[in-house]
Amino acid sequence: MSKQIPFVDYLVLGDKPHLVANECTGCGARFFDRRNACAACFGTSFKKVDIGTEGIVRAFSIVTFAAPGVKVPFVSAIVDCNGTSVRCTLTNVEPSPEQVSLGMKVRLALVPVGTDDEGTEAVNYGFEPA
Amino acid sequence: MASDDIWILGIKMTKFGKHPDKDVVDLAAEAAMAALADGGVTMKDMGILAAGNLMGGGGVGQQIQKQIGQTGIPVYNVSNACATGATALRTAIMAVKAGEVDMGLAVGVEKLAGAGLLGAGGRPKSDKNVYEPKGRYGAVGSVDGRIGTDSMPGVFAQVGMEYGHKYGGTSFELFAKIAEKNHAHSTLNPLAAYTKRMTLEEIMNDVMIAYPNTRSMCSANCDGAAAAVVVSGAKLKTLSLEQQRRAIKVKASVLTTDPWQEACQVLPDVNTLTKNAAKIAYEQAGVGPQDLNLVELHDCFATAELVHYDNLGLCEEGGAADFFMSGATWRDGKTPVNVSGGLESKGHPIAATGIANIWEVCHHLRGEAGDRQIEGAKVGLAHVIGLGSACGIHILEKSGL
Repeated sequence: MSKQIPFVDYLVLGDKPHLVANECTGCGARFFDRRNACAACFGTSFKKVDIGTEGIVRAFSIVTFAAPGVKVPFVSAIVDCNGTSVRCTLTNVEPSPEQVSLGMKVRLALVPVGTDDEGTEAVNYGFEPA
Repeated sequence: MASDDIWILGIKMTKFGKHPDKDVVDLAAEAAMAALADGGVTMKDMGILAAGNLMGGGGVGQQIQKQIGQTGIPVYNVSNACATGATALRTAIMAVKAGEVDMGLAVGVEKLAGAGLLGAGGRPKSDKNVYEPKGRYGAVGSVDGRIGTDSMPGVFAQVGMEYGHKYGGTSFELFAKIAEKNHAHSTLNPLAAYTKRMTLEEIMNDVMIAYPNTRSMCSANCDGAAAAVVVSGAKLKTLSLEQQRRAIKVKASVLTTDPWQEACQVLPDVNTLTKNAAKIAYEQAGVGPQDLNLVELHDCFATAELVHYDNLGLCEEGGAADFFMSGATWRDGKTPVNVSGGLESKGHPIAATGIANIWEVCHHLRGEAGDRQIEGAKVGLAHVIGLGSACGIHILEKSGL
C-alpha cells in the first residue's frame, strides 16, 4: 500500500480523519498555524485540540474565474464547526447557487490530490453535504 | 507647536482609466502638481511628503521629488494594501498635528490597468514531483481552489454572504442592484474609468467571477493618482481668504487594524475594524452618521458595500439590505453613497483610492462638483479597507467662511 500524507499539516488522516488546531490554554482561541503568542490574549501556552467534523456553511462563493492552474468552478466556503471557523472547498456537490446554501449542514470528507514520483499520495480535506 | 486643527488646502485626482503613455511617476507628479496648484502653494512650502504605491518597485516618494522638486524634506513611502492612500494622507496629517511641520503633501498612485485577478497568485504548472510540506500550514501544494479561495472577488463574496447568513435579506439580485447604483452614479463623473450606465440585467448576466459577484460588481483595475496638501489651522490663517474659504476641515482622521475575532484567520474580518474606526471618527468629529451629506466607502465589490452601510452606522445593525432597498444610498437618497461611481465604476488604482475618495468628498463640500453636486453638502465621510487588514476613515467639513 502506498504511503499517504496530509495535504496540510493541520489535517490528521487515519481511521477518523479530522482537523487539529493550536488552542490557547488561556482564552481558548484557536489557530491552524503556529503563533508566538495568542492573537487574542497574548498568552504563550497552547495545546493541540481536535476540531469537530460537522458544521454549517456560514459563507460561500462559487468561484468561476481564478488564477491559471486553479480548476474552476469550485465552491469556496467558511464552515462553522461548532464555534471554530474552517476555510475549505466544498466537495461532492454541484457548484451552483441551487445546490449550495447558507446554513447548509456539511461534514468533513477526504479529497485525493495526487501521487508524487515516490508513490506518496497527498490527501486533502473538504466538506460535503451531510 | 502641536496643532489640533488640520485642513486640506489643495487636493486633486487624475482621470482614472488607462494611461499607457504615463508611468507611475508621471501620474503621481500630475496629481501632486495639481494638488499644489489647487492649494496655491509649491513644493517649497511642503515640510513632508508621504507617498503611497503598492504594486510598484518602492521608493516612489523620492522619484516624485525628482520629478517635481527636490527640497530635502523627509519622505515616507507607505504601503498598507488598499488603505495605502489613506495611510499616506494620515502620515502627513500626523506630522502636521505633531507640530513638526505646518504643511505636508500626500500622494497615492497606481498603475493597474489590465492587472487581472488580484489576490490569487496561482500555482505552478505542476506541483513538485516529490511532496514536501511548505509554509505555515505545511501544505504540499497550492491551496488556492483546494482549500477555499485566495482571490479577492471570492473573499469579498464570502464577506457579503456571511452578512446574509447572519441577518438575512441578501440575494444575488440585491448585490447586483448596488452595482447598478454605482454604475448609474458614474455617468456624472468625467474622471471615472467607466461612465456607462448598466441595467440590472446586464450586470446579472455579465461574466460571473465569483458568485454572487459578476465582473461589473467588481472594482475596476485601472491607472490613476491622487494627491492632497494638508495644512495646520494656524498656518491657514496666514493664507489668503480664498485659500481659507476653499480649505476643507479634517474633522477626523483614523486608522485601525483588525482586532482578533474567532474567524479572522480563515475569512478576513473587514467589519470590526471599520466599526471601531467609525466610532472613533464620529467621536473625534462630534458628528453622527445622520449628519453625513455624502459617503464614499470601499465598494471593492458590490458584496462589500452592503456590509459597510452597517459598519459605518448608516443603518441599524442588521438592516443594511432594507436600508439599501429604501433608496437611501442613491444620490437623491437620505445618505448618498459613492456618488463618484465607487470602485466598481470610477475604478480602483489601489494606492490612489484612499485620497481620491477624499477628493470626491471635498469636491462636493466646496460646491465644485458640477453635474453631480450634492446640493448643500457640509459634512462627508471617506472610508477605505486594505485587506490584511487596515481601515482608514476621514470625516471632512466645509469651511464656515
